[in-house]
Amino acid sequence: MRLTLRRRVTSTALIIGLFLCWELACVVFKVSPIVLPRPSEIIWALWTNMPALWPHVLQTLYTTILGFALGILAGVLLGVLVGSSPLAYDVANPLLIGFASIPKVAVVPILILWFGSGTIPAVISAMINCLFPIVVNVATGLATVEPELDDFMRTLQASRMDRLINVGLPRTMPYFFASLKVSVTLAFVGTVISETIASNRGIGNVMMTASASFEVALVFAGLFILAALGVALYAIFAMIEARLTGWAHRGDPQSH
Amino acid sequence: MNARPTPLVSLQDVTCTFGSGERTTVALTSTDLDIAKGDFVALVGPSGCGKSTILKLVAGLINPASGLVLVKGREIGAEPIRIGMAFQNPTLLPWLSIRQNVMMPLKIVPPFRQEYRAKRKTTFRDRAEALLAQVGLTGFGDRFPWELSGGMLQRASLCRALVHDPELLMLDEPFGALDQFTREELWEIMQTLWLDRKPTVLLVTHDLKEAAYLAKRICVMKPRPGRIVEIRDVGFAHPRDMALTFTPEFTDLTQELRNAIIAVRKNGKAPA
Repeated sequence: MRLTLRRRVTSTALIIGLFLCWELACVVFKVSPIVLPRPSEIIWALWTNMPALWPHVLQTLYTTILGFALGILAGVLLGVLVGSSPLAYDVANPLLIGFASIPKVAVVPILILWFGSGTIPAVISAMINCLFPIVVNVATGLATVEPELDDFMRTLQASRMDRLINVGLPRTMPYFFASLKVSVTLAFVGTVISETIASNRGIGNVMMTASASFEVALVFAGLFILAALGVALYAIFAMIEARLTGWAHRGDPQSH
Repeated sequence: MNARPTPLVSLQDVTCTFGSGERTTVALTSTDLDIAKGDFVALVGPSGCGKSTILKLVAGLINPASGLVLVKGREIGAEPIRIGMAFQNPTLLPWLSIRQNVMMPLKIVPPFRQEYRAKRKTTFRDRAEALLAQVGLTGFGDRFPWELSGGMLQRASLCRALVHDPELLMLDEPFGALDQFTREELWEIMQTLWLDRKPTVLLVTHDLKEAAYLAKRICVMKPRPGRIVEIRDVGFAHPRDMALTFTPEFTDLTQELRNAIIAVRKNGKAPA
């Protein structure tokens, strides 16, 4: 317990220290606030603009969570399909890697072409951005079930569905949750990309507008908000992971 | 047609190969073996002699390249048979408690699966607990696999293999990774369980003492290509006592088995 406390204190000190260095560097080297605003200016911009920013925060959060939920759904389905047999895994892998290597920024114009501007392309952009880590991890978890475990289930004449529900999916949970932590931050990236290109709402849009009018402190305030939201969602999923997959880390699932 | 009852499992001139083309390995060739209901057959031999292949054939996990595998007189898969299996590695599911692990076959195998929802907290739970008690794991039902030692996991694995009253119990070196004392203790437990329930047992092992202590019949196998070279009846009456293993009759038997295996190893060395 003392050890985790010490780590948390050090972690917080690192963040504060970074901001102090930043502040100090800006003052010492006389950096223009149009190039790099000081953290104090950013926080001030954040504070004074909060009432105006708040609806945009909610919009980005809503879009991200919706896209993320759809991404989980699609990702698990695809992952189960791909991971269900070694054949499917080998056949689908090149296609998956191909899709995963496309920069998702390049897809957003197509989405706008299809769905117009606004929330829908942002949701879809969030979804495809967070999809692949989930697919790959779920498929890997299923494809690497120990052969003996599979033999055991097959001697019981367990159907494919029985094996999936009782062995495959539970065993895949640690892989799945590990991917969720990564994916949720990627979903934010997807949302913001789409918002900066074609939307009149959301943090991405706020940052674009602010940068057009040289309100650099506000642009950075947007970044701070995104970072904070990302950390918060990451923490939530890390907590759910620890609760549900404690067995994989030799922790007692009841005591977490 | 036949005066003798149909054997539970029958291998007739079975050949089994892995791979294809130039890299084909013949794992098993012209193998005949009848296993009667209630029999306890041990397969012994050096590694690569196809012991586990026979197990997998009978379990229906692999298909023979030629020959017949019959279960209850019919082609495998035609007649339903309840099979229990335990491996050298206990393979318990780490996310389930020991009791849930033991109850897994009841969740899968008919006729138990139809009643699983209704009985999992009453009859089936008691059934699992009774088995756990028989192997000395009373009070460990709620623990998780990583909290138990290797010997305890193997006991639980035996319970899981037996909980659905299998007609055929297959043991693939289940005591191989244990220390001597735990192993001997588990032999005694295994014998008691077998005498209690009388499943038909097929045991793969390379421990000759284990084979001679537990089995009614011992098949000595040779490698490259794998085949059965000798089938020995073990005459000692059940239940057998651990003291039996120190009698001259017993040590003579293991010595003979040992010599047989050394002989086939020498012959097996020459490329076929």
